[in-house]
Amino acid sequence: MSVEGALAVHRFGLGARPGEIEAASRDPKGWLVAQIGTPAEQPLAPDGTAFPGSGFLVRQEQEMIAARRAAKAGDTEIQKSQAGGRLRIFTDEMAGRFQLGFATQRPFAEHLVWFWSNHFTVSTTAGRTLNFAGAFEREAIRPYIADTFENMLLAVASHPAMLVYLNNVASIGPNSRAGTRTGKGRNENLGRELMELYSLGVDGGYTQTDVIALANILTGWSLDPQAPSGFGFFPNRHEPGPQILRGRRYNDDLRSGIQAVRDLAHDPHTAHHIATKFATYFIADQPSPQSVARLENVFNKTGGNLKALATAAVEDPAAWTPAPAKMRSPVEYVTAAYRLLDLPRGDNAAQQIRAAMGSARNMGEFPMTASSPNGWPLVSDAWTGPDAVLNRIEWAKQVGARMPPDFNAAAVAGAGMGPLLAPATRTAMARAESQGDALALLIASPEFQRR
Amino acid sequence: MQFDRRVFLKSAGAAGVAAAFDAKAHFAFAATPDDRRLVVVILRGALDGLAAVPPHGDKDYAGVRGTLALQTEGAGAIHDLDGFFGLNPALTNLKALYDSRQLVVFHNICSPYRDRSHFDGQNVLEAGGTSPHLLQDGWLNRALAPMGLANGDGALAIAQMPPLMLSGKVQTASWMPAVLPAPDELFLAQVRALYAGDAVLEASLSSVLALQASAQGAMDDPAAKGMQPGKGGAYGNLVPLFQGAGKLLAAPHGPRVATLEASGWDTHVAQGVADGQLARRLAALDTAIDALRVAMGTDAWNKTAVVMATEFGRTVRPNGSGGTDHGTGGAAFLFGGAVAGGSVKAEWTGLGQGALKDGRDQPARTDLRALFKGVLADQMGVSGAALETRIFPDSAAAPPIKGLIRV
Repeated sequence: MSVEGALAVHRFGLGARPGEIEAASRDPKGWLVAQIGTPAEQPLAPDGTAFPGSGFLVRQEQEMIAARRAAKAGDTEIQKSQAGGRLRIFTDEMAGRFQLGFATQRPFAEHLVWFWSNHFTVSTTAGRTLNFAGAFEREAIRPYIADTFENMLLAVASHPAMLVYLNNVASIGPNSRAGTRTGKGRNENLGRELMELYSLGVDGGYTQTDVIALANILTGWSLDPQAPSGFGFFPNRHEPGPQILRGRRYNDDLRSGIQAVRDLAHDPHTAHHIATKFATYFIADQPSPQSVARLENVFNKTGGNLKALATAAVEDPAAWTPAPAKMRSPVEYVTAAYRLLDLPRGDNAAQQIRAAMGSARNMGEFPMTASSPNGWPLVSDAWTGPDAVLNRIEWAKQVGARMPPDFNAAAVAGAGMGPLLAPATRTAMARAESQGDALALLIASPEFQRR
Repeated sequence: MQFDRRVFLKSAGAAGVAAAFDAKAHFAFAATPDDRRLVVVILRGALDGLAAVPPHGDKDYAGVRGTLALQTEGAGAIHDLDGFFGLNPALTNLKALYDSRQLVVFHNICSPYRDRSHFDGQNVLEAGGTSPHLLQDGWLNRALAPMGLANGDGALAIAQMPPLMLSGKVQTASWMPAVLPAPDELFLAQVRALYAGDAVLEASLSSVLALQASAQGAMDDPAAKGMQPGKGGAYGNLVPLFQGAGKLLAAPHGPRVATLEASGWDTHVAQGVADGQLARRLAALDTAIDALRVAMGTDAWNKTAVVMATEFGRTVRPNGSGGTDHGTGGAAFLFGGAVAGGSVKAEWTGLGQGALKDGRDQPARTDLRALFKGVLADQMGVSGAALETRIFPDSAAAPPIKGLIRV
């Protein structure tokens, strides 16, 4: 087991499953790059089947709305049962996602999914996104981790979850047929965040006029229950007339709108914004300008090829400093512990997955529930507050307490941390009053909380 | 409520704990003048100032707000304040504070930030610079030393991690009501030894343990245990957070400065009027504010000023989907037993098209820094020199607002 092998598994991967550090140590960079040449794996529903696509989910939502309208006034039962149904869709999707994180043999690919899914945040804080949030990651993120940024951005911008989350479904061209008939108008939310957060970055040199232009361009991008993708373009809601976005002119049709999104993906500001976030997430809280420049150059040269971007990060010498560079986020932390212990195991796997989900939430993070479209923070500071640290220690203690009596914590630590295990942790574990406490000390240790 | 759960120190025995965790078993003694308290509530997401503080006396109000205009009569009527401004009907506790002259409302107020990004706007609000990312620490942290709170955990964030406003060189504490049972002190001592070489984790663990030692009595309140969480929806319930802050602030040697945060104000769609989602969110905030007041008790409350601000306002007119988009000027609030209240302070220029910034936003006629500076000076005894140089650099154009605090 080499230090580089352990770093590959912990920093780029999701923490070591049994035997993983040994496998990675033979060729750490090769082990990582071999994982990311194809679309990411897809999570499965609790019954082992594939989750339904957005087209189905959009139709299903429409049926739910129709059923509610048909119900008698004052019938609160149907509302309750539908709310429960929406929550179940989301919880099942997230259980599938956690399980994939625990079990995957391609942890770097999965980690890339988490990065991109958080970059393009869709959050269930807007309740209607509960139905579509899981599908968002499956349809707009996972297929594209080895594709181009342009294709991912377009998939994101036209996905039902995003159109609902950032209110584009309610955005109507003020001079469109629907706008003049109803008096309703434009909603700037998606137009703004598509530039500020998802592509150019807040310093990307766009103006309020550009925000309005892009919002106009996106009017009429909405949900279509008839379409297999769930997406539809509705000309009667689309703002008529050409729009000037960042000095370029776009006609008032879907094709031009798609081109506008593609052009944003190729803007040099986008390359810088994405390179900075990618380096911050995978390399260091404050990546060096050289690290950012390397990624930015690769992004520009390859036209935003995302496999090339990830490979460039792997090949950056700065990514291989033995000292841990990042604090694990709660989801990363819980996942690393489950991988370490080869959980879930036994006949109550579903319950163990639910327990992990609840723990991550208690520690302050849960996928697709960020409080704003900015997503979960990328830097370590976000997870090292006094209360957060105590939460982790408490959780570590609980995990230790649940281990069977014949459990061998030292063996788990050796296999799971390899050369990264600190002597102080090894000593403390040897002195612990039980195997459970020894494991708890490992999980609470600084080196396990970091990557 | 799980207040009792984190107070493991009590069951472990305070003396044993003090031995095990040494150093900071209590806070630095408050050195603020007359033991005064300052609370800052950050409203993340850009609160709609015209919904919270409707200027019902403005001739253009009803017209320009259209479907979002609140009514002055009947069910869901505005709480009138001064015949011109009012409060959203959901803000009943704030109305009571106004009537007892403990609330000042500000309008057409904003930080120096003039673009419309939440994240940059919050950065300016919290760092106290003139533009985003100019300063790396928060203005409230820079104000702690001039308040005499430089040593130890005199300031508290009700959060897992202190927000930027309270982050910086001076160490601060953070606290949240939590859900897991506490580990025993022996185990914590073992973990703490592991953290000896990790400055960040060591500081955080020491801080939270010291806070709990200090707070143990404050949390053991039968009234708190019986409290049912209200309806906070997806944004979480604010009452335990505000109540916890109140109890910690009331403790004799507890923190004297605290930050609280409430999000969910980014109402782009169907924000509603007197009974919609924004009104429900305002009601939750209003309830939490009262929980803070009650938890503090009369003595502490009378020494307290609470300032509540958001990163910017929202558009004056409704957007196409029954909500409002990012704007500029908005509302802010100052309340507490120490506040010389009962007034609305606004350089009001009307809601006619010509008065609006960029034809869409409320203008920013008062600088939020002037409010913060006035409170820091008169409530917390911060010197003018510190305010103008370290705490709010380049803020000469925003002199402290005077007369906000009862002397």
